[in-house]
Amino acid sequence: MIPLSWFLILSAALFSIGLFGVLSRKNAVAILLGIELMLNAANINLVSFWRYGDVSQMAGQVFAIIVFAVAASEVAVGLALVISVYRRRNTVIADEIDLMKW
Amino acid sequence: MTAMQIFFLIVGLVILGSALMVVTTGNLIHAALWLIVTLFGVAVLFAILNASFLAVVQVVVYIGAIAILFIFAVMLTHKEMRDRGPQLNNSWWLNAIISLLTFGGLFWMLQSWNGFSKVAADFPSSYDAVGQLGNALISPDAFVLPFEVASVLLLAALVGAVYIAFNPHSGDSRK
Repeated sequence: MIPLSWFLILSAALFSIGLFGVLSRKNAVAILLGIELMLNAANINLVSFWRYGDVSQMAGQVFAIIVFAVAASEVAVGLALVISVYRRRNTVIADEIDLMKW
Repeated sequence: MTAMQIFFLIVGLVILGSALMVVTTGNLIHAALWLIVTLFGVAVLFAILNASFLAVVQVVVYIGAIAILFIFAVMLTHKEMRDRGPQLNNSWWLNAIISLLTFGGLFWMLQSWNGFSKVAADFPSSYDAVGQLGNALISPDAFVLPFEVASVLLLAALVGAVYIAFNPHSGDSRK
């Protein structure tokens, strides 16, 4: 059987890769892709703690479902914002969206 | 090493490799397609963990809706799809160091926890996890309130997304 540590290390690595994507991509859509990776890492943790703890307590899986809902709404609003900014400023590069300096 | 562990290692390598491609590849359409590979790998992990409902939801919601939404967004902002110079900003090496430090910190914190190398008890073969999950989601003693709050959140987010992306003065459908 697989020890719990393998899942935790995998999700920590996935979280770090997502963090790198959020910090270093220029394109706003790519930053949202990095956030998706981080949310998936959190989900792996939640489900593996459910499986390695008491399987009759469903809190881990229920929380993972709520993370799904939050991720879906975050992507919908985030991409709508990106498309709206693209229409007004004709760019999706995060560095160039600096209306405060305009 | 059992067959399950080898299978886990293969899936983990696929997840991490495709996640690296998501954050480094120049073409955004390719990044979205690599994200689908990552999400599918996570669905396989859910199946390994006996969370069959979540594995199906991962494929249907994440791959079927969210990844497709990303591809649509990349196409709607398609001028940026051609890579205009480097896709990573100038301080990417600093961000790589920060990410590695985060991973190191998480690893250090986890390995000092005494449940770190815990092994799961055998999954009870007569246990109906999907049915239990459904009961927990609609039972007033359990999680019916968070469940309803999540659905209200989804509704609010969809209305908000339509309002934000709606273009009031667009006579023709272009621009």
